[in-house]
Amino acid sequence: MRRYLLSRFLSFLPSLLGALTLVFFLIHLVPGDPVEAMLGETASASDKEALRRELGLDEPLWKQYISYLQGLAVGDLGRSLYYHGEVTDLILLRFPATLELTLAAMTAAILLAFPLGILAAWKSHTWMDRLALLFSLFGLAMPNFWLGPLLIIVFSIDLGLLPVSGSGSLTHLVLPALTLGTAMAALLTRMIRSSLLEVIHEDYIQAARAKGLSERKVWLKHALRNSLLPVITILGLQFGALLAGSVITETIFAWPGIGRLTIEAIQTRDYLLVQGCVLAIAVSYLVINLFTDVLYRLIDPRISYGK
Amino acid sequence: MYSIASLTRESAMANRAPVAIGTMILLLLLSLALLAPLLAPYSPTEQNLEMDLLAPSREHLFGTDKLGRDIFSRVLYGARISLLVGISTVAVSSLIGLFVGSVSGYLGGRTDNLLMRLVDVLLAFPGILLAIAFTAVLGPGLNHVILALCLIGWTGYARLVRGEILALREREYIHAAKALGGSPARIVRLHMVPNLLPPLLIQGTFGMAAAILAEGSLSFLGLGVQPPTPSWGAMLSEGRQFLLVAPHLTTFPGLAIMLTVLGLNLVGDGLRDWLEKKKK
Repeated sequence: MRRYLLSRFLSFLPSLLGALTLVFFLIHLVPGDPVEAMLGETASASDKEALRRELGLDEPLWKQYISYLQGLAVGDLGRSLYYHGEVTDLILLRFPATLELTLAAMTAAILLAFPLGILAAWKSHTWMDRLALLFSLFGLAMPNFWLGPLLIIVFSIDLGLLPVSGSGSLTHLVLPALTLGTAMAALLTRMIRSSLLEVIHEDYIQAARAKGLSERKVWLKHALRNSLLPVITILGLQFGALLAGSVITETIFAWPGIGRLTIEAIQTRDYLLVQGCVLAIAVSYLVINLFTDVLYRLIDPRISYGK
Repeated sequence: MYSIASLTRESAMANRAPVAIGTMILLLLLSLALLAPLLAPYSPTEQNLEMDLLAPSREHLFGTDKLGRDIFSRVLYGARISLLVGISTVAVSSLIGLFVGSVSGYLGGRTDNLLMRLVDVLLAFPGILLAIAFTAVLGPGLNHVILALCLIGWTGYARLVRGEILALREREYIHAAKALGGSPARIVRLHMVPNLLPPLLIQGTFGMAAAILAEGSLSFLGLGVQPPTPSWGAMLSEGRQFLLVAPHLTTFPGLAIMLTVLGLNLVGDGLRDWLEKKKK
């Protein structure tokens, strides 16, 4: 196991370095002069020169890259031009809100998908199964930038049950979590149903039935537990996707997380902050994928990545 | 394995139904997009401030927006943008993926290692995040959206093609072609590519759905197609400010995106099931 963990961690490092490098080059993709893009055409030559020096853009590219990596090693992502603060501090300030939203979305997805997926498999080829199928189809096809406004119309404007936007209480969290979590719930529902239907004909399930266990116990205790592996993988992979999806959801609901910070940074051409936000989301995504792989291995020791 | 069609396997009829529905949706969308200049009752960009935020009526089937533009006409023209983004992204990405995947799979060794590490790096980012980052630095606009989506989109095709090529490389007829002195390019083009088309077609269908959703997301965030060009995502973003007084502003472009993605997903699942059955 220790060897596996080491090899998995070593394979994670090139991806991480690649991601860091790609983010480094982002600012160099800005058409024309990035300093002028940030400060505007009317900025004075001395201001532009000062910023160029601060960003290290007057140095050769390889030197910029080395200083960027050195900065990252001590958690220095530069200074935000718009917020006049350290990018790292801004990200640390906003990240908990995104994490809260992502976890809430995942919880909403699990709460929706498990009962639906189990029912769809248990009562396969009945109206319940078809209902779950419809939910999966529409949940996957519905863009979250439409679902969000729809939920606001129904639950905030028409029914007046939940706040339109903002944060601070549990009621503020419901609509953003549903908006972000629905596509994942749709995917999970399909996955749980398919997984259950695959294991339900296995010999050990027949053995459990032959022992005289109730159908409920057979499904929930024996079948469900053995069908969880692919579900866990999807949960892990989707958690990262949820982090990225939070950019849109946070914009819709004015949620004060890193996704909204990214859009604010883009709107104000605060490229160092854009870099920092993209980096924070990408690194979280990579780390979560790493944990998912390790967890997968812990649950099912038959899996080997060494070959 | 986890297909929609597999959920309804009682009969062959039930199996075909989702694909038929998906195909019908896509054909309808394609016709509407192509015939938009004939079908649209108004210009999609013509403003009439005296007719702003009108509810759906006989004159304006889907109502009007804050600038008095006819939403029905804008939805029709928006289909052109979505299809343009979807088709061009899939075409360019799949060609790049086909080339990189073939080189990687056929040559193997260091080339394969290097190219696949590059793919790994790009796949280390959630797709939409990278698209947001690229359009943020390149600037908004239709061309930049397509460029950003191609930059991130080719990786999936490259992996798929590489995997297929690795499997095909060991087939007897490929060994025979090599023994007859066929060049790598000729062997890949004549003997391997025809076998790659079905899986590429399936991936392309899902890729098109993803590209249309991504374009919608980018335009919604103000990073995609710029006004006054009608894009479903941008229309949704504009309509969001009027949810209270004119919810129809978001309803119709939202429905259009959802139906398009639904159609593509249904067709993609149907094709995938067909291919799996064929393999068995």
